Amino acid sequence: MSVAPLLELRALTVSFGGLTAVDGLDLHVDEHEIVSIIGPNGAGKTTLFNLITGVSRPDSGDILLDGKSLLGLPPHKITQRGVARTFQTLRLFLNMTVKENVMAAQYGRTRATILEQMLQLPRARREEREVQAFAAEKLSFFGERLMGYRWDQPAYSLSYANRRRLEIARATATRPRILLLDEPAAGMNPVETHEIAELIGKLRDEGGYTILLIEHDMHVVEGISDRVVALDHGVRIAEGSFEAVATDPRVVEAYLGTTATATK
Amino acid sequence: MSADAPTPGAEPATSPRIGADEWVQRSGERISGPGGLLGRGLRAAERTPRILLLAAFVGLACAIPELTSNVYVVGVVADTLIYVLLAVGLNVAVGWAGLLDLGYVAFYGFAAYLYAELSSGHYDLHWPTWQSVPLVVAATILLGFVLALPSRRLSGDYLAIVTLFFLEIFNNFTTNGYAWNWLGFGASHNITGGPTGLTNVDPFRVFGHVLDNYPTDYVWASAAGFTVVAVLFAYVNKSRTGRAWRALREDPLAAEAMGIPVKWLMLLAVAVGAGVAGFAGAVSGAYYQGVFPSTFMFPLLITIYAMVILGGAGSLGGVVFGAVVVNVLLEVLRTPDHARWVFYAAALIGLLAKLRPWRLLAAVLAGLAAFGVIVNQIVAAVWPRGVAGPIAIGPTSFTKHGFFAAILRHWVVLPGHTYTDSNYQIGNYAFVVVIGLVLVLTLVHGWRRWVLLVPTLWAAAFAWETTLIEQAPTTRPLFLGVILIVLMVTRPAGLFGQTRVEVV
Repeated sequence: MSVAPLLELRALTVSFGGLTAVDGLDLHVDEHEIVSIIGPNGAGKTTLFNLITGVSRPDSGDILLDGKSLLGLPPHKITQRGVARTFQTLRLFLNMTVKENVMAAQYGRTRATILEQMLQLPRARREEREVQAFAAEKLSFFGERLMGYRWDQPAYSLSYANRRRLEIARATATRPRILLLDEPAAGMNPVETHEIAELIGKLRDEGGYTILLIEHDMHVVEGISDRVVALDHGVRIAEGSFEAVATDPRVVEAYLGTTATATK
Repeated sequence: MSADAPTPGAEPATSPRIGADEWVQRSGERISGPGGLLGRGLRAAERTPRILLLAAFVGLACAIPELTSNVYVVGVVADTLIYVLLAVGLNVAVGWAGLLDLGYVAFYGFAAYLYAELSSGHYDLHWPTWQSVPLVVAATILLGFVLALPSRRLSGDYLAIVTLFFLEIFNNFTTNGYAWNWLGFGASHNITGGPTGLTNVDPFRVFGHVLDNYPTDYVWASAAGFTVVAVLFAYVNKSRTGRAWRALREDPLAAEAMGIPVKWLMLLAVAVGAGVAGFAGAVSGAYYQGVFPSTFMFPLLITIYAMVILGGAGSLGGVVFGAVVVNVLLEVLRTPDHARWVFYAAALIGLLAKLRPWRLLAAVLAGLAAFGVIVNQIVAAVWPRGVAGPIAIGPTSFTKHGFFAAILRHWVVLPGHTYTDSNYQIGNYAFVVVIGLVLVLTLVHGWRRWVLLVPTLWAAAFAWETTLIEQAPTTRPLFLGVILIVLMVTRPAGLFGQTRVEVV
């Protein structure tokens, strides 16, 4: 790890009222790495994503992307810098078509002013062609799942699993350097979960994205993570390979309680 | 669906895949609105290329002044086109970006006043149109930005309240702006002309032509403006800004997280809509040759909203259609003769659409006829004056002595109906009775409902003939209300609106 990490959190702290949701957290994600964050409900995982993407502001600490601080930037600027996320509770643009969802996410990468669009000047037309082509490219990444005629259907007509896929496609359309996936396998059946795990691996290997993942499904975490970070009450309690973290007594305690460890 | 079992490995490219069977493929057809004649009409309109619809609409609007010499009709066309512009402008914020902007009419009023200030004897400025109209539009766009700026963090109800507050400030300013001074310092100025507004506003002057052939020239002016706006907006709608507006309407947080500057797009939506209102305001200032504070108030806002909602917020063609329907309908209600046809036609169409099987329809209609005649006979026997009132007529009556009038005379009860006559109050009581009956109607079911429907309809006709038909200012908003209620029940997305799903 001689190169600087792509994403680095330094002593990140945020509290809501009396509850410290994230407490002095240090974390780094290197280029082309898949890092999984695990932890019981309420451990501060989604809060961490909200902090990184600028939805909420930390009380102290710093968030660096490529050595540059993201603090104080509005969410859309952070996305334009190269951080894209999906949501634990799906937040697609339901009444737009599948393709439009992916095209809308490219707003930050296009520059034509509203006057240029009104008059269909060359830059607006060229950008529109590029947006169309890029959307097709990103959707094709999902293979047959999101292919063809479905692109012109409204997003609400997709199945749950396909909505999860579309959310990932939409996030990749912002041309991110790091993808934050918030429980991509939540609510999926075992086969779909397996597919999502494969897809995440493919996103790194073929798409070249760095991935920070929140996941409860240990099969997914085990299969694809380079490194696993366990959180509890906003504090990092373990970090390392999946095997090391999964057998760490503090992690077991966080999930199952002390009695369970005693009986083990 | 049996196709849900996943098959690993490669499949032929054409075979249905997981969840991708014919049922999914045809889902669009199932959700695409009403069947029957209305549905077929709507779908045919949706299939027609937009440019043809635009040409047909503008062509028709411009042809009417050539086809008729009736100044009133041409005037209605000119009014309607101004409403069309207003509805299209409001659609940007409301339909596309999903912002509940209740201050919209202030932009229209501001533009009309600004045009009047620049083109009347008030300050003795008589700017040429090619200078005043672009300035008015630019200033209104700027006002849109300025007013949206403090509300850019708001959404939903909060935005509605704040923007409504702006409209109230504007109304206050125009009504009292005849004695304006700076917080009590210095002499007072007459800026807005106060309650009587500004009059003797110049007509447009284009390339040396003075557009003073009143309704006709402004049909042309509005139609030209609308053509430009429609083309520009159609392009914006399918470009990055249009998509970003829709994303913002769907989910502002997700839009922001996808790199869309949500606050900037809110400002842009309000300002772009304000620009159209700016042009409409300039046209109206020139066309009506005056501006009056009472024009730009809440009732106008409700009317424009009704147009947008009826046509289908978010659909450009839809709001144009909505503006035409609502304005023509409201215009028709001004004249009792025409209003009568609207009322009975609407009631009959409603019955035809809702009553199945035909035996039930026939029974209700027969019951209705019998009920009216019997009540009429009883009243005539007990209180002869109760059926002696005249039938309300307009200047061009053709129902006064005709067959229809004879039927009406023996069916409803028509007491005297002048404003000073105490019998006139009967109509008001009848109105209250109708509301009561409608409420009871929603509570009972089965055959009781069909039986109760008869006196309810008759009472509605009674209230209509004795009071409402002559009170256009009351009847017009009442009709709008009825339209919106019916629409909410039958087609919440509006006639041409895309049926939207909130949470699945």
